[in-house]
Amino acid sequence: MASMTMLAAIRETLLDEMARDERVVLLGEDIGTNGGVFRATDGALERFGPQRVFDTPISESTIVGASVGLSIAGLVPVAEIQFGGFTMQAYHQLVGQLARMRYRSRSRYHCPVTVRSAYGGGVRTPEHHSDSVEAPYTHAPGLSVVVPSNAADAKGLLTTAVRSDDPVVVFEPIPCYRSSCEVPDGEHVVPLGVAREVRAPDDAVIITWGAMVDVAVTAADVVQEQRGARVGVIDLRSLAPIDVDTIVRATERCGRVVVVHEAPLTAGFGAEVVATLQEEAFYSLEAPIRRVAGADVGSAPPLVEDWCRPDVARIVAALDAALEA
Amino acid sequence: MTDVETVPQIGPQIGPPALDPGLAETLVSDLLFARRLSERMWNLQRQGRLTTVAPLAGQEAAVIGVVRALDLTTDWLVPYYRDVTGYGALGDEFVEQLLVYWRGHPDGGRIPDGVRALPVQISLATQLPHATGLAWGLKVRGTPGVVCTFVGDGATSEGDFYEAINLAGVQQVPLIVVCINNGWAISTPTGLQTAAETFAAKGAAAGIPGVRVDGNDVLAVVDATRRARRRAAAGDGPTLLELVTYRMGAHTNSDDPTRYVPDDELAEWRARDPIERFATTLREAGMWDDARHEAALAAVEERLERIIERALARDVDPAAALDHVVASPSARSLSQRAAIVERSGANAADDIDDDTGDDADDEAANHSVDGEWGGKAEPGGLSWRA
Repeated sequence: MASMTMLAAIRETLLDEMARDERVVLLGEDIGTNGGVFRATDGALERFGPQRVFDTPISESTIVGASVGLSIAGLVPVAEIQFGGFTMQAYHQLVGQLARMRYRSRSRYHCPVTVRSAYGGGVRTPEHHSDSVEAPYTHAPGLSVVVPSNAADAKGLLTTAVRSDDPVVVFEPIPCYRSSCEVPDGEHVVPLGVAREVRAPDDAVIITWGAMVDVAVTAADVVQEQRGARVGVIDLRSLAPIDVDTIVRATERCGRVVVVHEAPLTAGFGAEVVATLQEEAFYSLEAPIRRVAGADVGSAPPLVEDWCRPDVARIVAALDAALEA
Repeated sequence: MTDVETVPQIGPQIGPPALDPGLAETLVSDLLFARRLSERMWNLQRQGRLTTVAPLAGQEAAVIGVVRALDLTTDWLVPYYRDVTGYGALGDEFVEQLLVYWRGHPDGGRIPDGVRALPVQISLATQLPHATGLAWGLKVRGTPGVVCTFVGDGATSEGDFYEAINLAGVQQVPLIVVCINNGWAISTPTGLQTAAETFAAKGAAAGIPGVRVDGNDVLAVVDATRRARRRAAAGDGPTLLELVTYRMGAHTNSDDPTRYVPDDELAEWRARDPIERFATTLREAGMWDDARHEAALAAVEERLERIIERALARDVDPAAALDHVVASPSARSLSQRAAIVERSGANAADDIDDDTGDDADDEAANHSVDGEWGGKAEPGGLSWRA
């Protein structure tokens, strides 16, 4: 175990996987000499050379599309799209192409491609840098979507993504990049579709992911202090596939659920969580499931973004309502 | 320096280049096969046996000249949806799979083992980044071979076209991008597609050579492709080939080109029919005659019959719709599959495809080819018949 930041864990994982498997290559904008705009690939070019680490033109669609071709040629591409909002410029290659090559070709071809992208607000970035765009990619059969909330999960999920025979999109929350935690040494794999119970749900549960996990834990602390209620927190970490069992069991145990995400409320991934619980755990519910989510705006400018993102007060209010229902 | 080389678009056959009799026979045979395959597909669609078809008539030389200039033991083809009808050189199973694909069968996209081609691409120009990546991967891995991708003239307006040729130029990958300029993108003529003087000129934006060739001259296409291939294989980078040809039929079975194609244009291009043109050249060189032509046609018909029968006989398993999404399906996906198994089992008598191939006679009886557009027969007619 060593304490390290999420960025350090990502960097170490990439270097480890490149050392383990010579087919692993990195591509993206400014990832070589510059080591990535967040330095997540720092040192890779020096260590593995220009035949394994590629600075590409500014072409998000072709970064993803070329990864399809590179993987068919037998390589294992790990592509970086600098910011989540820019994945929209690769949307058709991610959803219409990368996700479907196995299906289209009846598994004659498959794409072991990882697409990493930094996302999320709270750090005063311009438009498109702060977007939370995970939901549409969960709506693309063939793609897995994971969101680590801490350094250890970043290592475990990224390792799984790189080793997966199918494409995985890894959304890395910018506010978590420089937070540290203990990260297991050596082999550490977090499987797809397995949520993490951050704390056990006795009276209510918050289901969330990404940068909202820490905010949810703080809100749970506040509610415990204010009213003595023991509120659980589940970090979904893998949105597609979703860990249905864990969220259903938590709901059955406490009957009161709040879903929190940073992306806009309407048709966010929280809607899928709520619909799943309605189908699978309706008779365990003691209160309507509440969502605390980003406002339905495109991308709130830095000076007003905090009014639009979920915060401790809004989550506490939702928990109070759930507990009093 | 990017050069745009313009070969006369129409006119007498260039050459005759060193006309290898073996190659000549292969080319004629491929051309006839592609035309007849396109016609049979049209009729099969009209009978409801294929769901969608995109006729190739008029463009056969452009596709076949390229395919036959490649080394199919090492080179890759990355198609869109019209060119593939000209890929008969990839073998009977490939063509069978193509027909299975256009039936709407889930297995249709499976490229036979050993054939280096990607599945049919429907979304325009999205195959170009794949082709660039594949060629890049061959280069990185030191694998011999080049990648050849086809794109229509209209699809060169897509962002993926520019992004892909740009990256291909930067990385100097072994790639040939073949732009089939058939004059029309459904109903949109070249003048509304681009202000560029030629499509080959678009290579300049990516710093790669653009070469414009008469796409109805199969030998010119073979020659230009061989040169682009040599260049790519030698590590000298990609080439954009513009092959000028004409879509003598509809865009697809859903299209009615009489709404937008000027009356005299089709007649003008029929006079330049690439198959008739090549056969005439060979006849004048003493390399082709009626007997050979009839023998080639008979062989084509026999091959087609065999392939079509097999393609139509393939059963459909409804639950196969849920297979091959990912290597390890989720519980959700498995339960959706189980539901289809249950529903289809309950209605097995209705749901299971009952095509046996016995209806080939109906298909033949319905095989009217009068060259009319607008739905009832294969556009393009049979003017190539010797």
